[in-house]
Amino acid sequence: MKISNLVCRLLATSVATAALFAAPAAAADKPIRIGLVSFLSGPAAGPFGVPARIAAEAIVESLNAGTAPAPYNAIGFSGVPIELVIIDEAGGATKQVAEFRNLVERQQVDFVIGYISSGDCLAIPPVAEELKKLTVLFDCGTPRVFEEGTYKYVFRTRPHATMDAVAGARYLLDTRPDLASYAGINQNYAWGQDSWNDWTAVMSVLRPKAEIVTSQMPKFGAGQYGAEISALMQSRPDVIHSSLWGGDLEAFMLQSTPRGLFRRSGLLLIAGEPNLHRLVGNIPDGTIVGARGPHGVFAPKSALNDWLRSIYRARTGLDPNYPAYSAAQAFLGLKAAYEKARLDKVRNATPMGAAEGVKEGMEEAYKMPSTDEVIAAFEYLTFDGPSGKVMMKLGKGHQAVQGTAYGTTRTVGGQIKIENIKYYPVEQVQPPEGMSSIDWIKGGLKPGKW
Amino acid sequence: MKRERTVVILTIVLAAMLVFAPFLPNWTMFLFTVALCYGIVVLGMMLLIRTGLVSFGHGLYYCLGAYAAGTLEPLFGITELAVMLGSAVAICAGVSAILALLLRRYRDIFFAMLSLAFSMILYGLLVKTSSLGSTDGFNVTVKTMLGVHIAGTAYERYLIFAVTALIAWVCAVLIHRYLNSHRGRLAEAIRDNELRVEYMGASVANTIHLNYVMSAILAGLGGALMAVSVGHIDPEMAYWTTSGEFVFISILSGTGSVLAPFLGATIFESIRSFAYEYSPNTWQMALGAAMLLVIMFLPGGLWSLFRRSGRSAM
Repeated sequence: MKISNLVCRLLATSVATAALFAAPAAAADKPIRIGLVSFLSGPAAGPFGVPARIAAEAIVESLNAGTAPAPYNAIGFSGVPIELVIIDEAGGATKQVAEFRNLVERQQVDFVIGYISSGDCLAIPPVAEELKKLTVLFDCGTPRVFEEGTYKYVFRTRPHATMDAVAGARYLLDTRPDLASYAGINQNYAWGQDSWNDWTAVMSVLRPKAEIVTSQMPKFGAGQYGAEISALMQSRPDVIHSSLWGGDLEAFMLQSTPRGLFRRSGLLLIAGEPNLHRLVGNIPDGTIVGARGPHGVFAPKSALNDWLRSIYRARTGLDPNYPAYSAAQAFLGLKAAYEKARLDKVRNATPMGAAEGVKEGMEEAYKMPSTDEVIAAFEYLTFDGPSGKVMMKLGKGHQAVQGTAYGTTRTVGGQIKIENIKYYPVEQVQPPEGMSSIDWIKGGLKPGKW
Repeated sequence: MKRERTVVILTIVLAAMLVFAPFLPNWTMFLFTVALCYGIVVLGMMLLIRTGLVSFGHGLYYCLGAYAAGTLEPLFGITELAVMLGSAVAICAGVSAILALLLRRYRDIFFAMLSLAFSMILYGLLVKTSSLGSTDGFNVTVKTMLGVHIAGTAYERYLIFAVTALIAWVCAVLIHRYLNSHRGRLAEAIRDNELRVEYMGASVANTIHLNYVMSAILAGLGGALMAVSVGHIDPEMAYWTTSGEFVFISILSGTGSVLAPFLGATIFESIRSFAYEYSPNTWQMALGAAMLLVIMFLPGGLWSLFRRSGRSAM
């Protein structure tokens, strides 16, 4: 084979590849494209990713039809319909960074809504800043995102995970004032470690005398919990803290309930809400459950809540869980910011008395708002979500806060009901601006000014 | 003369990439950067495969390189690219030189499993280190390149791409030279018959040791460059699925030439990326199908397309 021959073949391959790479031509008057990144495969797909995707699709369909309740009854965003581009979040942060770039540059989406994994939520923001693309993190929990960084283009429309431990501990001590000991079973990866560290820090402030009898850290996806259950049974804690979720949680409950673990000890599930409906018959009455925000069963009745429940039920036959509420919150928050930006534009564009400039001003105003204008409207925005008011008050106006709720389960007629629901306002469960979560907890959980 | 052909092609490809990259859309440039990083790692895998050893644990050095580069900032406040890459090379060389003392005694599945075990030990250690963010990992930033400030500039992406391409070129040329050297040719001889190699008076253990260390350095470099271009690292880089991906690309590429890993990595990244876009629910299936097709119709890897005339392109 000669060099020229080889070069020819290489060239032919690269031409064929280049044809694939041709970017879709941008058309005028197009809908607003929103990239949605959510787990469609892997363990997080079932409890989190797929419910979020279903909710997003239902919400977009309803918004485009203009059937959402006020103040979201305008079609799409300010009358422009929305189009979803959905990609899978599986594969790890390296692939997600590449896919984020592809979403923005190849698919030319206008906004990105996504990310359930905390690792992805840490990796994406610097890239969003580089590409100057407004990105709404919708479900991940780690407080590190805005406590370690300051971002212009990145927002998170659900509260961060600190409230899980803080409100959980408050609820536990409110309902069991005599609590003397506790244990934990959490997965040995970032989420489980952070959850347990927050929990022990909060408990050492709120109930310093309570004894930690054991901390079990099975690996993620372990599936078998025989040894951990034995250790928990032997140590006889008053209550067991757990941040298990999805298949791991189901496996743990299936293995521990028949062994009678919960006849001795109470149970507090930080992330039990998303697959609560699958635990019927395997969850003891009196289990404490939260949803990081008053989502799902905790959501107070409102027109928006009824709307989300009905469109979600129409697609799945199930009630929406908290990832579905998170997705709704991201879409509605972005819509609220977008429409506020547009309204601000129209208001500012009609200067009284300056007749000369009116025409140009109105033309300018009827253009859709730029990313910078949407950002300006989004910062420190307060908007209505299906679970109540959401305030973008942390992270210099980029991180949402909400109150939260905890309750206890009771199985009635084959269905799990939540009762004794207690709501905790923002100042009791979230650190104030400028203070890291762990400093706030260690400093005694003093309510900030909101 | 024949062996210079590969170097000529490598140089043409490098020059073409450096010249045309600024005109490519950003995402394409990023895709090539990622493919080059994978290509460097797989180049090292190829070296071992030619020796008859398949490592299912090259994620170990890939991750070690990334963490060696990435932890310099939190530990010492160093954000200079050259130092980060140097640290990755030094640490991977050191660790692999020690592990090779054990690993060079094993072959086949035992080598594969033992290397897998070492990578999972690193994974386990990193997952338990919450000061490094456990499974969430942490962000990596490069502020200067040889003392010149590049962070946040318009040409940052291009420079990182160019450095990656240049390093890939250097690695490919050196490995190509090595494969054609006396010691380099021993690799295939060892794969075919170790006993004869020993009778010829060459040391099998030393050759494997050297190849292993070189391949670890390449994996470390690939990992460090990946850390720098992606901007985030996590223990997933040492997880067995990452190592599996390298084996996947190695099989896809074939071991015929030092060009093969880069071609294979580019095609792998492209398939994956477009599969994400066009079939978000079944992208894994697209990759699996590509793998099956290659195994069935191109058992020598994609590179066999370029050497149908029968003689080795080497």
